[in-house]
Amino acid sequence: MKPTTNLPIWQLLQTIYDPEIPVLSIVDMGMVRSVELNEEQVVISITPTYSGCPAMDIISMQIRMSLLEAGYKNIVLKQLLSPAWTTDWITQNGKDQLKAYGIAAPVGKSTDNLFLNNITIECPQCNSSNTVLVSQFGSTACKALYKCNDCMEPFDYFKCH
Amino acid sequence: MNYSTKTNHLLHLADNALIIGHRNSEWCGHGPILEQDIAITNIALDYIGQARNFYQYAAACINESDDTNMTNPATEDSLAYLRDVNDFKNHLITELPNGDWAQTILRIFLFSTYQYFLYQQLKNNDDAQLAAIAEKSLKEVTYHAQWSGDWVIRLGDGTDESKTRMVHAIEYIWPYTGELFTDGPAGIHEQWLQKVSSIFEEAGLAIPLNTWAQSGGMKGIHTEHLGYILAEMQFIQRAYPNSEW
Repeated sequence: MKPTTNLPIWQLLQTIYDPEIPVLSIVDMGMVRSVELNEEQVVISITPTYSGCPAMDIISMQIRMSLLEAGYKNIVLKQLLSPAWTTDWITQNGKDQLKAYGIAAPVGKSTDNLFLNNITIECPQCNSSNTVLVSQFGSTACKALYKCNDCMEPFDYFKCH
Repeated sequence: MNYSTKTNHLLHLADNALIIGHRNSEWCGHGPILEQDIAITNIALDYIGQARNFYQYAAACINESDDTNMTNPATEDSLAYLRDVNDFKNHLITELPNGDWAQTILRIFLFSTYQYFLYQQLKNNDDAQLAAIAEKSLKEVTYHAQWSGDWVIRLGDGTDESKTRMVHAIEYIWPYTGELFTDGPAGIHEQWLQKVSSIFEEAGLAIPLNTWAQSGGMKGIHTEHLGYILAEMQFIQRAYPNSEW
């Protein structure tokens, strides 16, 4: 295999975004679990955020396309379910990008039940803590809907999972 | 079809997730308010995703054990769309009509609470892939149980109208809960009853004393409702075989 670019594969994957959250790369999201490159093939293991996430098929296709463009030929994509994806794997860079995009990043660590407790979510627009949960489910499976009582803006919260 | 015990078990888990997922998806565009419409549609999506994981694994097991059928191997789609009513092994509770919001909510609460305790056991299963799917699904059904439990309390402890509807929903659905525990792992009936009792108590609702239970789903003996679900769900694949979006 002779890649036409020197970009390491991880850097390449850093340019692939979740189609629902176009500022968060699949690497920052923690979806890429491993990359193995040998003489014959490149094996990439990814894990879905939620079982029914409709973005998985698009993301798999994008990985394949960008590796093909970069000159890799034999590409194997593996889907791992265990250990189950957790928001703990979102990088600090990913959290910063989420906030800049107007989505509150997951608060605290994900344990079995922590994400079910009522926690204070900071408004990503004005940083106020005076916010209220509107709905436990938001625009996608991974988000909940909140409203800020100070700036009155509704916003998405990326749920601890 | 004569499948192995393991394959039948996987199909049972897959059918449960698919059928309750399909039922929940019927609310898409009809929710009482936008946020709850989105919530129930998201829950449906989780279920369809879990069903896909179970079907994919079941298909792999079927193809592994039967290499005479390589021109037409089992796939997640063939298992979901090309089996008939008597081949489906879902629990009857998943195929009951949605009814009103109370009936819909109560079914999700009773069933996702069951799944919560079931998946907690299955995630330690000796079969690594089954354990992985259970581990993944557990995080999702925990959220479903929490959301629907909040609604049971809100409706049961709400107005006279909401309480009356909840009581009717309990009368209708309760006889279908016994089947969940006839063949399941030991111990989860008690755990389930304890959780359901605590939510019912907070909601001011009573656990029915009648313990008579409907059954038959796992043997392929279904209510009349499943045929209608499959007719709608499978029509395109039956009328236009192998059609794709």
